[in-house]
Amino acid sequence: MLEVEEVSAAFGARAVLDRVSFSVAAGELCGLIGTNGAGKTTLMKVVLGLLPTGGGRVRVSGRVRTRSGADIGYVPQKIQLEPDAPIRVRDLVALGIDGHRLGVPLGSRRRRRAVDEMLDAVGVSRLANARVGTLSGGEQQRVMIAHALVARPSLLLLDEPLANLDMRAVDDVVALLARIAADQGVAVLLSAHDVNPLLPVMDRVVYLASGHAASGTTGQVIRADVLSRLYGHPIRVVQAEGRVLVLAGGPEPSGVAANGCGASGAGDC
Amino acid sequence: MGASLAPVFEPGFFTSPPVLVAVTVGGVVAVVSAVVGTFTVLRGQSFAGHALADVGSAGGSAALLAGVPTLSGFVVFNVLAAAVMELIGLRRPRGRDLATGVVLGASLGLAALFLYEDTVSSNTTGATVNVLFGSVFTLSPGLVPVVVALGAVSVALVVLLYRPLVLSSVSDELAAARGVRVRLVGAGYLLALALAVSLSAVTIGAILSTALLVGPAASALRVASRLATALVVAAATGVGATWLGILVAYDSVDWTGGSGWPVSFCIVATVFLVYAASGLPGRVRRARRPAGPRTVGPVVGSLARPEPDVEPGPPETTGEG
Repeated sequence: MLEVEEVSAAFGARAVLDRVSFSVAAGELCGLIGTNGAGKTTLMKVVLGLLPTGGGRVRVSGRVRTRSGADIGYVPQKIQLEPDAPIRVRDLVALGIDGHRLGVPLGSRRRRRAVDEMLDAVGVSRLANARVGTLSGGEQQRVMIAHALVARPSLLLLDEPLANLDMRAVDDVVALLARIAADQGVAVLLSAHDVNPLLPVMDRVVYLASGHAASGTTGQVIRADVLSRLYGHPIRVVQAEGRVLVLAGGPEPSGVAANGCGASGAGDC
Repeated sequence: MGASLAPVFEPGFFTSPPVLVAVTVGGVVAVVSAVVGTFTVLRGQSFAGHALADVGSAGGSAALLAGVPTLSGFVVFNVLAAAVMELIGLRRPRGRDLATGVVLGASLGLAALFLYEDTVSSNTTGATVNVLFGSVFTLSPGLVPVVVALGAVSVALVVLLYRPLVLSSVSDELAAARGVRVRLVGAGYLLALALAVSLSAVTIGAILSTALLVGPAASALRVASRLATALVVAAATGVGATWLGILVAYDSVDWTGGSGWPVSFCIVATVFLVYAASGLPGRVRRARRPAGPRTVGPVVGSLARPEPDVEPGPPETTGEG
Protein backbone atom coordinates (compact mmCIF):
# COMPACT_ATOMS: atom_id res chain seq x y z
CA MET A 1 0.00 0.00 0.00
CA LEU A 2 2.75 2.38 1.03
CA GLU A 3 6.20 2.15 -0.48
CA VAL A 4 8.88 4.60 0.57
CA GLU A 5 11.89 4.25 -1.71
CA GLU A 6 15.24 5.86 -0.91
CA VAL A 7 13.57 9.05 0.31
CA SER A 8 15.84 11.93 1.33
CA ALA A 9 14.86 15.35 2.67
CA ALA A 10 16.79 18.33 3.95
CA PHE A 11 16.13 21.61 5.73
CA GLY A 12 18.66 23.96 4.20
CA ALA A 13 22.02 22.27 4.51
CA ARG A 14 20.94 19.83 7.23
CA ALA A 15 19.92 16.40 5.98
CA VAL A 16 16.82 15.27 7.91
CA LEU A 17 16.19 12.04 6.05
CA ASP A 18 18.90 10.09 4.27
CA ARG A 19 17.73 7.45 1.77
CA VAL A 20 14.97 6.02 3.93
CA SER A 21 13.20 2.94 2.54
CA PHE A 22 10.39 0.78 3.89
CA SER A 23 6.96 -0.44 2.94
CA VAL A 24 3.67 -1.14 4.68
CA ALA A 25 1.20 -3.63 3.20
CA ALA A 26 -2.60 -3.55 3.39
CA GLY A 27 -3.84 -4.63 6.81
CA GLU A 28 -0.47 -4.04 8.44
CA LEU A 29 0.21 -1.77 11.38
CA CYS A 30 3.60 -0.09 11.27
CA GLY A 31 5.17 2.03 14.00
CA LEU A 32 7.47 4.91 13.11
CA ILE A 33 9.69 5.18 16.16
CA GLY A 34 12.24 7.81 17.07
CA THR A 35 13.02 10.67 19.42
CA ASN A 36 12.29 14.33 18.69
CA GLY A 37 14.29 15.54 15.75
CA ALA A 38 14.79 12.04 14.34
CA GLY A 39 12.77 12.97 11.25
CA LYS A 40 9.40 11.35 12.02
CA THR A 41 7.37 14.45 11.26
CA THR A 42 9.38 15.22 8.13
CA LEU A 43 8.84 11.68 6.87
CA MET A 44 5.09 11.97 7.55
CA LYS A 45 4.95 15.24 5.64
CA VAL A 46 6.84 13.80 2.70
CA VAL A 47 4.45 10.84 2.55
CA LEU A 48 1.46 13.20 2.76
CA GLY A 49 2.87 15.31 -0.05
CA LEU A 50 3.28 18.43 2.11
CA LEU A 51 7.06 18.47 1.67
CA PRO A 52 8.97 17.73 -1.51
CA THR A 53 11.42 14.85 -1.46
CA GLY A 54 15.07 15.66 -1.94
CA GLY A 55 15.37 12.35 -3.77
CA GLY A 56 13.56 9.04 -3.86
CA ARG A 57 9.87 8.23 -4.30
CA VAL A 58 6.73 7.63 -2.30
CA ARG A 59 4.11 5.30 -3.78
CA VAL A 60 0.62 4.90 -2.39
CA SER A 61 -1.42 2.05 -3.89
CA GLY A 62 1.26 1.76 -6.54
CA ARG A 63 1.04 5.37 -7.72
CA VAL A 64 3.86 7.84 -7.19
CA ARG A 65 2.60 10.56 -4.90
CA THR A 66 3.54 14.11 -5.81
CA ARG A 67 1.00 16.26 -3.98
CA SER A 68 -1.35 16.13 -1.02
CA GLY A 69 -4.89 14.87 -1.43
CA ALA A 70 -7.78 13.01 0.12
CA ASP A 71 -6.48 9.53 -0.76
CA ILE A 72 -4.63 9.25 2.57
CA GLY A 73 -6.44 9.38 5.91
CA TYR A 74 -4.48 11.62 8.26
CA VAL A 75 -4.72 12.31 11.98
CA PRO A 76 -2.62 15.33 13.06
CA GLN A 77 -1.02 15.44 16.48
CA LYS A 78 -3.28 18.17 17.72
CA ILE A 79 -6.48 19.93 16.73
CA GLN A 80 -7.33 23.53 17.46
CA LEU A 81 -10.98 23.44 18.57
CA GLU A 82 -12.08 25.37 21.65
CA PRO A 83 -14.85 23.84 23.79
CA ASP A 84 -17.34 26.42 22.45
CA ALA A 85 -16.55 25.79 18.77
CA PRO A 86 -19.84 24.72 17.17
CA ILE A 87 -18.37 21.65 15.46
CA ARG A 88 -20.06 18.45 16.55
CA VAL A 89 -18.44 15.03 16.35
CA ARG A 90 -20.81 14.16 13.50
CA ASP A 91 -19.84 17.33 11.57
CA LEU A 92 -16.13 16.70 11.91
CA VAL A 93 -16.42 13.10 10.71
CA ALA A 94 -18.55 14.23 7.75
CA LEU A 95 -15.78 16.68 6.80
CA GLY A 96 -13.64 13.58 6.23
CA ILE A 97 -15.83 12.82 3.21
CA ASP A 98 -15.83 16.20 1.48
CA GLY A 99 -14.20 18.82 3.72
CA HIS A 100 -11.71 19.75 1.00
CA ARG A 101 -14.43 20.73 -1.48
CA LEU A 102 -15.80 24.22 -1.93
CA GLY A 103 -19.28 25.29 -0.87
CA VAL A 104 -21.62 24.31 1.94
CA PRO A 105 -22.27 20.64 2.72
CA LEU A 106 -25.59 19.23 1.62
CA GLY A 107 -26.76 16.45 3.91
CA SER A 108 -27.71 13.22 2.19
CA ARG A 109 -28.86 9.94 3.62
CA ARG A 110 -25.81 8.15 2.25
CA ARG A 111 -23.47 10.69 3.84
CA ARG A 112 -25.25 10.35 7.16
CA ARG A 113 -25.11 6.56 7.03
CA ALA A 114 -21.38 6.58 6.25
CA VAL A 115 -20.79 8.86 9.25
CA ASP A 116 -22.94 6.74 11.58
CA GLU A 117 -21.15 3.54 10.51
CA MET A 118 -17.75 5.07 11.13
CA LEU A 119 -18.75 6.49 14.54
CA ASP A 120 -19.92 3.01 15.46
CA ALA A 121 -16.70 1.41 14.18
CA VAL A 122 -14.55 3.56 16.48
CA GLY A 123 -17.00 3.36 19.39
CA VAL A 124 -18.11 6.97 19.77
CA SER A 125 -21.73 6.75 18.55
CA ARG A 126 -22.99 8.11 21.86
CA LEU A 127 -20.93 11.28 21.36
CA ALA A 128 -22.24 11.99 17.85
CA ASN A 129 -23.87 15.28 18.81
CA ALA A 130 -21.31 16.51 21.33
CA ARG A 131 -18.99 19.41 20.49
CA VAL A 132 -15.56 18.05 19.60
CA GLY A 133 -13.82 20.65 21.77
CA THR A 134 -15.49 19.31 24.92
CA LEU A 135 -14.20 15.73 24.54
CA SER A 136 -11.27 14.13 26.35
CA GLY A 137 -8.01 13.48 24.52
CA GLY A 138 -8.78 9.79 23.96
CA GLU A 139 -12.28 10.55 22.66
CA GLN A 140 -10.95 13.23 20.32
CA GLN A 141 -8.39 10.75 19.01
CA ARG A 142 -11.17 8.27 18.18
CA VAL A 143 -13.20 10.98 16.45
CA MET A 144 -10.18 12.01 14.39
CA ILE A 145 -9.60 8.38 13.40
CA ALA A 146 -13.23 8.19 12.24
CA HIS A 147 -12.73 11.44 10.32
CA ALA A 148 -9.63 10.04 8.64
CA LEU A 149 -11.25 6.72 7.71
CA VAL A 150 -14.72 7.74 6.58
CA ALA A 151 -13.61 8.27 2.98
CA ARG A 152 -12.17 4.70 3.01
CA PRO A 153 -8.53 5.49 2.23
CA SER A 154 -6.08 2.63 1.70
CA LEU A 155 -3.53 4.26 4.02
CA LEU A 156 -4.01 5.79 7.47
CA LEU A 157 -1.28 8.08 8.87
CA LEU A 158 -1.25 9.20 12.50
CA ASP A 159 1.19 11.75 13.95
CA GLU A 160 1.97 10.84 17.58
CA PRO A 161 -1.57 9.60 18.33
CA LEU A 162 -0.52 8.35 21.77
CA ALA A 163 1.04 11.59 23.00
CA ASN A 164 -0.94 13.33 25.74
CA LEU A 165 -3.16 10.32 26.45
CA ASP A 166 -3.42 8.62 29.81
CA MET A 167 -2.37 4.96 30.13
CA ARG A 168 -5.81 3.49 29.61
CA ALA A 169 -6.53 5.68 26.58
CA VAL A 170 -3.18 4.64 25.08
CA ASP A 171 -4.11 0.96 25.26
CA ASP A 172 -7.62 1.69 23.93
CA VAL A 173 -6.38 3.61 20.92
CA VAL A 174 -3.71 1.01 20.13
CA ALA A 175 -6.28 -1.80 20.26
CA LEU A 176 -8.63 0.22 18.06
CA LEU A 177 -5.93 0.84 15.44
CA ALA A 178 -4.98 -2.83 15.35
CA ARG A 179 -8.61 -3.81 14.86
CA ILE A 180 -9.07 -1.23 12.09
CA ALA A 181 -5.98 -2.43 10.22
CA ALA A 182 -7.20 -6.02 10.38
CA ASP A 183 -10.93 -5.44 9.76
CA GLN A 184 -10.72 -2.82 7.04
CA GLY A 185 -7.53 -3.88 5.31
CA VAL A 186 -6.03 -0.43 5.79
CA ALA A 187 -2.29 0.10 6.00
CA VAL A 188 -1.65 2.01 9.24
CA LEU A 189 1.50 4.05 9.86
CA LEU A 190 1.80 5.86 13.18
CA SER A 191 4.66 7.73 14.78
CA ALA A 192 5.55 7.36 18.46
CA HIS A 193 8.34 8.09 20.91
CA ASP A 194 8.07 4.75 22.58
CA VAL A 195 7.83 1.33 21.02
CA ASN A 196 6.30 -0.43 24.02
CA PRO A 197 2.58 0.32 23.71
CA LEU A 198 2.78 -0.88 20.11
CA LEU A 199 4.78 -4.10 20.67
CA PRO A 200 1.76 -6.40 20.96
CA VAL A 201 0.15 -5.23 17.73
CA MET A 202 2.90 -3.97 15.45
CA ASP A 203 3.50 -5.97 12.25
CA ARG A 204 6.46 -3.83 11.29
CA VAL A 205 8.61 -1.11 12.79
CA VAL A 206 10.58 1.70 11.22
CA TYR A 207 13.17 3.02 13.65
CA LEU A 208 14.49 6.48 12.81
CA ALA A 209 17.66 8.00 14.21
CA SER A 210 19.46 11.04 12.85
CA GLY A 211 17.86 10.68 9.44
CA HIS A 212 18.63 6.99 8.97
CA ALA A 213 16.08 4.24 9.23
CA ALA A 214 16.06 0.56 10.12
CA SER A 215 12.90 -1.32 9.26
CA GLY A 216 11.55 -4.83 9.62
CA THR A 217 9.73 -6.85 12.27
CA THR A 218 10.33 -5.77 15.85
CA GLY A 219 12.59 -8.79 16.31
CA GLN A 220 14.73 -7.72 13.40
CA VAL A 221 15.03 -4.08 14.41
CA ILE A 222 14.86 -3.68 18.18
CA ARG A 223 18.29 -5.26 18.72
CA ALA A 224 21.47 -3.90 20.21
CA ASP A 225 23.54 -4.47 17.07
CA VAL A 226 20.99 -2.96 14.67
CA LEU A 227 20.27 0.09 16.82
CA SER A 228 23.96 0.63 17.62
CA ARG A 229 24.69 0.76 13.92
CA LEU A 230 21.71 3.08 13.37
CA TYR A 231 22.72 5.53 16.10
CA GLY A 232 26.45 5.17 15.45
CA HIS A 233 26.75 4.72 19.20
CA PRO A 234 26.67 1.70 21.53
CA ILE A 235 23.03 0.94 22.40
CA ARG A 236 21.71 -1.69 24.77
CA VAL A 237 18.28 -3.28 24.55
CA VAL A 238 16.97 -4.57 27.86
CA GLN A 239 13.94 -6.81 28.10
CA ALA A 240 11.67 -7.09 31.08
CA GLU A 241 8.13 -8.51 31.30
CA GLY A 242 7.63 -8.39 27.56
CA ARG A 243 8.71 -4.77 27.38
CA VAL A 244 11.91 -3.37 26.01
CA LEU A 245 14.11 -0.59 27.19
CA VAL A 246 16.45 1.03 24.70
CA LEU A 247 19.42 2.54 26.52
CA ALA A 248 22.54 4.41 25.56
CA GLY A 249 25.64 2.19 25.86
CA GLY A 250 28.32 2.54 28.50
CA PRO A 251 29.68 -0.28 30.63
CA GLU A 252 27.34 -3.24 30.75
CA PRO A 253 25.97 -3.75 34.26
CA SER A 254 26.26 -7.30 35.49
CA GLY A 255 23.18 -9.43 35.84
CA VAL A 256 21.17 -7.75 33.12
CA ALA A 257 20.61 -9.51 29.84
CA ALA A 258 21.55 -7.18 27.06
CA ASN A 259 21.82 -9.62 24.24
CA GLY A 260 19.62 -7.74 21.81
CA CYS A 261 17.28 -10.66 21.41
CA GLY A 262 13.90 -10.09 19.85
CA ALA A 263 11.27 -8.03 21.54
CA SER A 264 7.99 -9.59 22.62
CA GLY A 265 8.92 -12.97 21.24
CA ALA A 266 8.59 -11.81 17.65
CA GLY A 267 12.29 -12.09 17.07
CA ASP A 268 14.31 -14.75 15.37
CA CYS A 269 17.43 -15.04 17.50
CA MET B 1 -50.13 49.57 15.54
CA GLY B 2 -50.82 53.24 15.90
CA ALA B 3 -51.83 54.46 19.30
CA SER B 4 -50.85 51.40 21.36
CA LEU B 5 -47.29 51.30 20.00
CA ALA B 6 -46.76 55.05 20.03
CA PRO B 7 -44.66 54.98 23.21
CA VAL B 8 -42.32 52.45 21.58
CA PHE B 9 -42.01 53.94 18.13
CA GLU B 10 -41.83 57.69 18.48
CA PRO B 11 -43.64 59.67 15.76
CA GLY B 12 -41.95 59.64 12.39
CA PHE B 13 -39.85 56.50 12.92
CA PHE B 14 -41.38 54.65 9.98
CA THR B 15 -41.50 57.62 7.61
CA SER B 16 -38.20 59.36 8.20
CA PRO B 17 -35.86 58.75 5.22
CA PRO B 18 -32.67 58.72 7.34
CA VAL B 19 -34.24 56.07 9.59
CA LEU B 20 -35.17 53.93 6.58
CA VAL B 21 -31.60 54.12 5.25
CA ALA B 22 -30.26 53.35 8.74
CA VAL B 23 -32.57 50.35 9.17
CA THR B 24 -31.69 48.96 5.73
CA VAL B 25 -27.94 49.47 5.97
CA GLY B 26 -27.90 48.38 9.61
CA GLY B 27 -29.80 45.19 8.80
CA VAL B 28 -27.61 44.20 5.87
CA VAL B 29 -24.38 45.01 7.70
CA ALA B 30 -25.50 43.11 10.79
CA VAL B 31 -26.12 39.94 8.76
CA VAL B 32 -22.76 40.20 6.95
CA SER B 33 -20.87 40.93 10.17
CA ALA B 34 -22.52 38.04 11.97
CA VAL B 35 -21.79 35.48 9.24
CA VAL B 36 -18.18 36.56 8.75
CA GLY B 37 -17.74 37.15 12.50
CA THR B 38 -18.79 33.60 13.42
CA PHE B 39 -15.80 32.33 11.42
CA THR B 40 -13.61 35.06 12.93
CA VAL B 41 -14.35 33.70 16.40
CA LEU B 42 -14.08 30.07 15.26
CA ARG B 43 -10.67 30.73 13.66
CA GLY B 44 -9.42 32.81 16.60
CA GLN B 45 -8.85 35.87 14.38
CA SER B 46 -10.66 38.46 16.49
CA PHE B 47 -7.42 40.38 16.85
CA ALA B 48 -7.03 40.58 13.06
CA GLY B 49 -10.64 41.81 12.84
CA HIS B 50 -10.02 44.53 15.38
CA ALA B 51 -6.75 45.52 13.72
CA LEU B 52 -8.52 45.88 10.36
CA ALA B 53 -11.08 48.11 12.03
CA ASP B 54 -8.36 50.38 13.39
CA VAL B 55 -6.64 50.45 10.01
CA GLY B 56 -10.01 51.46 8.58
CA SER B 57 -9.94 54.62 10.70
CA ALA B 58 -6.93 55.77 8.67
CA GLY B 59 -8.83 54.96 5.46
CA GLY B 60 -12.01 56.72 6.54
CA SER B 61 -10.18 59.86 7.61
CA ALA B 62 -8.14 59.88 4.38
CA ALA B 63 -11.39 59.63 2.41
CA LEU B 64 -12.86 62.61 4.24
CA LEU B 65 -9.72 64.58 3.49
CA ALA B 66 -10.00 63.65 -0.19
CA GLY B 67 -13.69 64.49 -0.22
CA VAL B 68 -14.93 60.99 -1.14
CA PRO B 69 -17.35 58.76 0.84
CA THR B 70 -15.74 57.25 3.94
CA LEU B 71 -16.85 53.75 2.86
CA SER B 72 -14.45 53.85 -0.09
CA GLY B 73 -11.61 54.76 2.29
CA PHE B 74 -12.52 51.93 4.66
CA VAL B 75 -12.65 49.38 1.84
CA VAL B 76 -9.39 50.42 0.14
CA PHE B 77 -7.38 50.58 3.37
CA ASN B 78 -8.84 47.40 4.83
CA VAL B 79 -8.26 45.32 1.72
CA LEU B 80 -4.70 46.64 1.41
CA ALA B 81 -4.05 45.98 5.08
CA ALA B 82 -5.43 42.45 4.76
CA ALA B 83 -3.09 41.85 1.82
CA VAL B 84 -0.08 43.14 3.76
CA MET B 85 -0.98 41.06 6.81
CA GLU B 86 -1.27 38.00 4.56
CA LEU B 87 2.04 38.70 2.82
CA ILE B 88 4.19 39.28 5.89
CA GLY B 89 2.40 36.84 8.20
CA LEU B 90 2.09 33.06 8.25
CA ARG B 91 5.79 32.30 7.76
CA ARG B 92 6.21 31.36 11.39
CA PRO B 93 3.68 30.41 14.05
CA ARG B 94 3.41 33.83 15.69
CA GLY B 95 3.86 35.58 12.36
CA ARG B 96 0.23 36.47 11.93
CA ASP B 97 -0.12 38.28 15.25
CA LEU B 98 3.15 40.14 14.81
CA ALA B 99 2.31 41.15 11.24
CA THR B 100 -1.10 42.33 12.40
CA GLY B 101 0.43 44.37 15.19
CA VAL B 102 2.96 46.06 12.92
CA VAL B 103 0.35 47.04 10.32
CA LEU B 104 -1.95 48.20 13.10
CA GLY B 105 0.58 50.52 14.69
CA ALA B 106 1.56 52.12 11.40
CA SER B 107 -2.01 52.81 10.37
CA LEU B 108 -3.10 54.27 13.68
CA GLY B 109 -0.26 56.75 13.21
CA LEU B 110 -1.64 57.61 9.78
CA ALA B 111 -5.12 57.97 11.25
CA ALA B 112 -3.76 60.46 13.79
CA LEU B 113 -2.26 62.52 10.97
CA PHE B 114 -5.34 62.43 8.71
CA LEU B 115 -7.80 63.15 11.53
CA TYR B 116 -5.68 66.11 12.59
CA GLU B 117 -5.74 67.45 9.03
CA ASP B 118 -9.51 66.80 8.81
CA THR B 119 -10.06 68.76 12.00
CA VAL B 120 -7.86 71.63 10.88
CA SER B 121 -9.46 71.89 7.44
CA SER B 122 -13.08 71.58 8.59
CA ASN B 123 -12.52 73.47 11.83
CA THR B 124 -14.75 71.00 13.70
CA THR B 125 -14.29 67.66 15.44
CA GLY B 126 -17.25 66.20 13.52
CA ALA B 127 -15.01 64.29 11.13
CA THR B 128 -13.19 62.55 13.94
CA VAL B 129 -16.40 61.45 15.62
CA ASN B 130 -17.90 60.37 12.31
CA VAL B 131 -14.94 58.18 11.31
CA LEU B 132 -14.22 56.66 14.70
CA PHE B 133 -17.73 56.25 16.08
CA GLY B 134 -19.93 56.44 12.98
CA SER B 135 -23.41 57.75 12.53
CA VAL B 136 -25.78 55.52 10.66
CA PHE B 137 -28.42 58.28 10.49
CA THR B 138 -26.20 60.46 8.29
CA LEU B 139 -25.64 57.92 5.47
CA SER B 140 -26.83 58.91 2.01
CA PRO B 141 -29.52 56.74 0.36
CA GLY B 142 -27.20 56.26 -2.61
CA LEU B 143 -24.97 54.14 -0.37
CA VAL B 144 -27.57 51.40 0.05
CA PRO B 145 -26.87 49.50 -3.22
CA VAL B 146 -23.12 49.71 -2.60
CA VAL B 147 -23.50 48.28 0.89
CA VAL B 148 -25.73 45.48 -0.40
CA ALA B 149 -23.26 44.61 -3.19
CA LEU B 150 -20.16 44.58 -0.96
CA GLY B 151 -22.06 42.59 1.66
CA ALA B 152 -23.08 40.03 -0.96
CA VAL B 153 -19.46 39.61 -2.10
CA SER B 154 -18.31 39.09 1.49
CA VAL B 155 -20.98 36.50 2.32
CA ALA B 156 -20.52 34.76 -1.04
CA LEU B 157 -16.82 34.31 -0.29
CA VAL B 158 -17.61 32.70 3.05
CA VAL B 159 -20.22 30.41 1.50
CA LEU B 160 -17.80 29.40 -1.26
CA LEU B 161 -14.99 28.64 1.20
CA TYR B 162 -17.29 27.14 3.87
CA ARG B 163 -15.98 23.56 4.10
CA PRO B 164 -12.25 24.29 3.69
CA LEU B 165 -12.62 27.11 6.23
CA VAL B 166 -14.15 24.77 8.79
CA LEU B 167 -11.56 22.09 8.07
CA SER B 168 -8.65 24.52 8.50
CA SER B 169 -10.27 25.84 11.68
CA VAL B 170 -9.97 22.29 13.04
CA SER B 171 -6.33 22.05 11.93
CA ASP B 172 -4.42 23.82 9.16
CA GLU B 173 -2.16 20.80 8.87
CA LEU B 174 -5.15 18.48 8.44
CA ALA B 175 -6.64 20.71 5.74
CA ALA B 176 -3.31 20.89 3.92
CA ALA B 177 -2.97 17.11 4.08
CA ARG B 178 -6.37 16.81 2.40
CA GLY B 179 -5.17 18.94 -0.50
CA VAL B 180 -6.75 22.21 0.64
CA ARG B 181 -4.67 25.23 -0.35
CA VAL B 182 -4.74 26.60 3.16
CA ARG B 183 -3.03 29.86 2.37
CA LEU B 184 -5.39 30.69 -0.48
CA VAL B 185 -8.41 29.89 1.67
CA GLY B 186 -7.01 32.07 4.46
CA ALA B 187 -6.43 34.94 2.06
CA GLY B 188 -9.96 34.63 0.66
CA TYR B 189 -11.36 34.71 4.17
CA LEU B 190 -9.26 37.74 5.08
CA LEU B 191 -10.74 39.56 2.07
CA ALA B 192 -14.27 38.73 3.26
CA LEU B 193 -13.27 39.98 6.72
CA ALA B 194 -11.87 43.24 5.30
CA LEU B 195 -15.15 43.91 3.48
CA ALA B 196 -17.29 43.04 6.51
CA VAL B 197 -15.22 45.29 8.77
CA SER B 198 -15.49 48.16 6.27
CA LEU B 199 -19.28 47.84 6.20
CA SER B 200 -19.44 47.64 9.96
CA ALA B 201 -17.17 50.69 10.23
CA VAL B 202 -19.44 52.80 8.07
CA THR B 203 -22.40 51.79 10.24
CA ILE B 204 -21.11 52.12 13.79
CA GLY B 205 -17.66 53.64 13.27
CA ALA B 206 -14.21 52.20 12.74
CA ILE B 207 -13.37 51.82 16.42
CA LEU B 208 -16.67 50.16 17.32
CA SER B 209 -16.99 47.92 14.27
CA THR B 210 -15.51 44.89 16.04
CA ALA B 211 -18.51 44.90 18.37
CA LEU B 212 -20.86 44.05 15.52
CA LEU B 213 -18.39 41.54 14.08
CA VAL B 214 -17.58 39.57 17.20
CA GLY B 215 -20.42 40.31 19.65
CA PRO B 216 -23.35 38.51 17.97
CA ALA B 217 -21.07 35.64 16.88
CA ALA B 218 -19.73 35.17 20.40
CA SER B 219 -23.27 35.21 21.80
CA ALA B 220 -24.38 32.61 19.24
CA LEU B 221 -21.48 30.26 20.03
CA ARG B 222 -22.60 30.25 23.66
CA VAL B 223 -25.99 28.82 22.82
CA ALA B 224 -25.67 26.89 19.54
CA SER B 225 -23.78 23.62 19.11
CA ARG B 226 -24.09 23.48 15.30
CA LEU B 227 -22.33 25.87 12.98
CA ALA B 228 -25.40 26.39 10.79
CA THR B 229 -27.49 27.20 13.86
CA ALA B 230 -24.79 29.51 15.18
CA LEU B 231 -24.76 31.44 11.90
CA VAL B 232 -28.54 31.93 11.97
CA VAL B 233 -28.57 32.88 15.66
CA ALA B 234 -25.69 35.31 15.15
CA ALA B 235 -27.40 36.96 12.18
CA ALA B 236 -30.71 37.26 14.02
CA THR B 237 -28.96 38.60 17.13
CA GLY B 238 -26.98 41.13 15.11
CA VAL B 239 -30.00 42.41 13.20
CA GLY B 240 -32.13 42.54 16.35
CA ALA B 241 -29.48 44.42 18.32
CA THR B 242 -28.84 46.86 15.49
CA TRP B 243 -32.50 47.67 14.92
CA LEU B 244 -33.18 47.95 18.63
CA GLY B 245 -30.20 50.27 18.96
CA ILE B 246 -31.48 52.45 16.11
CA LEU B 247 -34.92 52.59 17.71
CA VAL B 248 -33.54 53.50 21.12
CA ALA B 249 -31.34 56.21 19.61
CA TYR B 250 -34.31 57.64 17.71
CA ASP B 251 -36.58 57.59 20.72
CA SER B 252 -33.89 58.95 23.03
CA VAL B 253 -34.11 62.31 21.32
CA ASP B 254 -37.49 62.77 23.00
CA TRP B 255 -36.42 61.24 26.32
CA THR B 256 -33.45 63.56 26.64
CA GLY B 257 -35.26 66.62 25.40
CA GLY B 258 -33.51 67.02 22.06
CA SER B 259 -29.92 65.87 22.12
CA GLY B 260 -30.45 62.08 22.19
CA TRP B 261 -27.81 59.37 22.55
CA PRO B 262 -25.36 58.44 19.78
CA VAL B 263 -26.82 55.60 17.72
CA SER B 264 -23.53 53.68 17.75
CA PHE B 265 -23.59 53.68 21.54
CA CYS B 266 -27.13 52.32 21.55
CA ILE B 267 -26.26 49.50 19.11
CA VAL B 268 -23.06 48.48 20.89
CA ALA B 269 -24.78 48.59 24.29
CA THR B 270 -27.52 46.29 23.01
CA VAL B 271 -24.95 43.88 21.54
CA PHE B 272 -23.17 43.78 24.89
CA LEU B 273 -26.38 43.15 26.85
CA VAL B 274 -27.28 40.28 24.50
CA TYR B 275 -23.81 38.78 25.00
CA ALA B 276 -24.16 39.03 28.78
CA ALA B 277 -27.59 37.41 28.63
CA SER B 278 -26.37 34.60 26.35
CA GLY B 279 -24.12 33.37 29.17
CA LEU B 280 -27.10 32.69 31.41
CA PRO B 281 -28.30 29.36 29.93
CA GLY B 282 -24.84 27.82 30.35
CA ARG B 283 -24.57 29.08 33.93
CA VAL B 284 -27.97 27.66 34.79
CA ARG B 285 -27.04 24.28 33.26
CA ARG B 286 -23.77 24.14 35.17
CA ALA B 287 -25.41 25.17 38.43
CA ARG B 288 -28.00 22.40 38.13
CA ARG B 289 -25.47 19.67 37.41
CA PRO B 290 -23.82 18.06 40.44
CA ALA B 291 -20.05 18.38 40.49
CA GLY B 292 -18.36 15.37 38.88
CA PRO B 293 -15.27 13.60 40.21
CA ARG B 294 -12.17 15.73 40.11
CA THR B 295 -9.79 15.36 37.25
CA VAL B 296 -6.94 12.95 37.77
CA GLY B 297 -3.56 14.64 37.65
CA PRO B 298 -1.08 14.14 34.85
CA VAL B 299 0.46 10.72 34.46
CA VAL B 300 3.71 10.64 36.39
CA GLY B 301 6.90 8.69 36.13
CA SER B 302 6.29 7.66 32.55
CA LEU B 303 9.41 6.50 30.77
CA ALA B 304 7.07 5.92 27.89
CA ARG B 305 6.62 9.51 26.87
CA PRO B 306 9.73 11.38 27.96
CA GLU B 307 8.83 14.84 26.78
CA PRO B 308 5.72 16.25 25.22
CA ASP B 309 6.14 17.87 21.81
CA VAL B 310 3.25 20.16 22.51
CA GLU B 311 1.50 21.60 25.49
CA PRO B 312 -0.38 18.85 27.24
CA GLY B 313 -4.03 18.66 26.28
CA PRO B 314 -6.84 18.60 28.79
CA PRO B 315 -6.17 15.78 31.24
CA GLU B 316 -8.34 12.73 30.88
CA THR B 317 -11.13 12.58 33.40
CA THR B 318 -12.32 9.44 35.04
CA GLY B 319 -15.98 10.09 34.54
CA GLU B 320 -18.55 12.30 32.91
CA GLY B 321 -17.84 15.72 34.27
